[in-house]
Amino acid sequence: MAAPLLNTSKSSDGIYAGLGPRLIFPTWLVIGCFLAVPLGIMLIYSFLTKEFRGGVIWQFSLAAYDQFFFNRGLFGDEAPTLEWTYITIFWRSIWQAVLATLLCLIIGFPTAWFIATREPKSRSVWLFLITIPYWVNLLIRTISMKFLIRDNGPINEFLLAWGVISEPIHMINTDFAVMLGLFYSYLPFMVLPIYASVERYNFAFSEAAADLYATRFVTLRHVILPIVKPGIIAGCILVFVPSLGAFLAPNLLGGAKNFMIGSLIEEQFKGNAGNWPFGAAASMILLTMVMLVLLYYAREQSKGRAA
Amino acid sequence: MSARKFDLRYFPGFSPLTWLCLFLLYAPLIIVMVYSFNDSTSITTWGGLSLRWYKEVFFGLEAEKFKAATMNSLMIAVVASITSTTIAVMAATAMVRTGGFRGQSLSFALINLPLMVPEIVTAVATLIFFSTIGFTPGYLTIVIAHIVFCIPFAYLPIAARMQGIDKTYEQAAQDLYATRFEAFRLVLLPLMTPGIISGLLLAFIISLDDFIITNFVKGAGIETLPTAIYGSVRRGIQPNIMAISTLLLLVSVVFVSLSYMVGRSGEKSK
Repeated sequence: MAAPLLNTSKSSDGIYAGLGPRLIFPTWLVIGCFLAVPLGIMLIYSFLTKEFRGGVIWQFSLAAYDQFFFNRGLFGDEAPTLEWTYITIFWRSIWQAVLATLLCLIIGFPTAWFIATREPKSRSVWLFLITIPYWVNLLIRTISMKFLIRDNGPINEFLLAWGVISEPIHMINTDFAVMLGLFYSYLPFMVLPIYASVERYNFAFSEAAADLYATRFVTLRHVILPIVKPGIIAGCILVFVPSLGAFLAPNLLGGAKNFMIGSLIEEQFKGNAGNWPFGAAASMILLTMVMLVLLYYAREQSKGRAA
Repeated sequence: MSARKFDLRYFPGFSPLTWLCLFLLYAPLIIVMVYSFNDSTSITTWGGLSLRWYKEVFFGLEAEKFKAATMNSLMIAVVASITSTTIAVMAATAMVRTGGFRGQSLSFALINLPLMVPEIVTAVATLIFFSTIGFTPGYLTIVIAHIVFCIPFAYLPIAARMQGIDKTYEQAAQDLYATRFEAFRLVLLPLMTPGIISGLLLAFIISLDDFIITNFVKGAGIETLPTAIYGSVRRGIQPNIMAISTLLLLVSVVFVSLSYMVGRSGEKSK
């Protein structure tokens, strides 16, 4: 997707040949110093000893990872057993992110297909309509979702008034609300990459399939889906990755019971827990998971290109 | 129906799902907009149309707090978007126009790093970093953090635009004895303007919208608009929050539409 922006044609040396290092220097300085180096320091922090009320003592310790994975009893002298608290939180985050991704796919694929099969002129208007909500402040979108699904919010009022239900459906502070929030936050991310691959799809393949007596859905299953798969994978990753570390949707829609990775990490720095090494370790685990997903994506993409 | 039967582009149910998608995307925003005009102290009951909550936003009890937060947000967004766009223009020239250099692929990865790292992780790393080197959290830490994550957003439209500009223009300029710098300033930069403006506007919106990273690196007492709104919402959604949300929503829509139109006008003139 981003590959065309990387110019690799060395044949036509521009008039700026040789200036590359100097022009890229500010980028290295800013992103290097203020993101790459901080990520390194975060890795170091995850191996340090905690200071109460935030901060660290510069002394090597595996306590943060130990706390994450093992339970050694109240006084730390029992034989270690697997600690489920944090693994459960991570597991719930993964599960919620997967559900949100699936829901985005169910709504996003038909939408992308529909837009890509419009007249070229109306396509750009449709795409614009899909992207606008993404640019609206995520906090505001989450607040509006919270407003909508409250016990006495518009959805329940509407359903009660029409007699569809006799008492309000309780949605806020449930796992369902969090999933809905994630879905709503990242839906445009699913539509755009799928649209990009459907737009390039050659309908001669569909005609060939139809000539061979394939039904519409057989064609979809065996011809179209394999061809637009790179776009679907890209969309799924663009939804899954930010959902995994999301903070606002779980925090505002999920309440205290439905903790996810984002809230767990935030609590170590901003909340009462104040355990920086543990927060750094949880961040490292999240980062590792995301990088694995992105690596898988890069491999799929290069496989697709080689084929 | 018979025409549809032979249309291979048609799938039953896809168009209703598309309308459902639009509905889901817009319904919550429109409902909040409608309720911001509600003349009632409760957010639940409808008490007729009024502008009282807008009046509350500008002159009410919390007006000072939100005014200060808005000023902070705007100042930070202006500085962060201009700086990151400048850096992105240089980076795009390096990546697209210099015909390759050592470490180019690594540079490309670095530009995109802020997009790949989850926001909460960026927030944690930045907080730890500033605390280690002994920077007091404040305006400077917020601005620096914003510049970092704005760079890729500014870079994408700028690099895409630069890709579409033929190198012959600058070569012609050089044949007419323009220096490299003159060729850049008088030929490439004017052609780049639509891309640069889109990049600038997107960076501005991204900076204005950020909550998580700002929340981590801001000092005590400094609020941006999103952190101030978050602070209020934790105590429950008040009607004035809906009015603020509506205003902020309109600002975002106007900026994105502008960016879109500038980009399109650039396409046409090409």
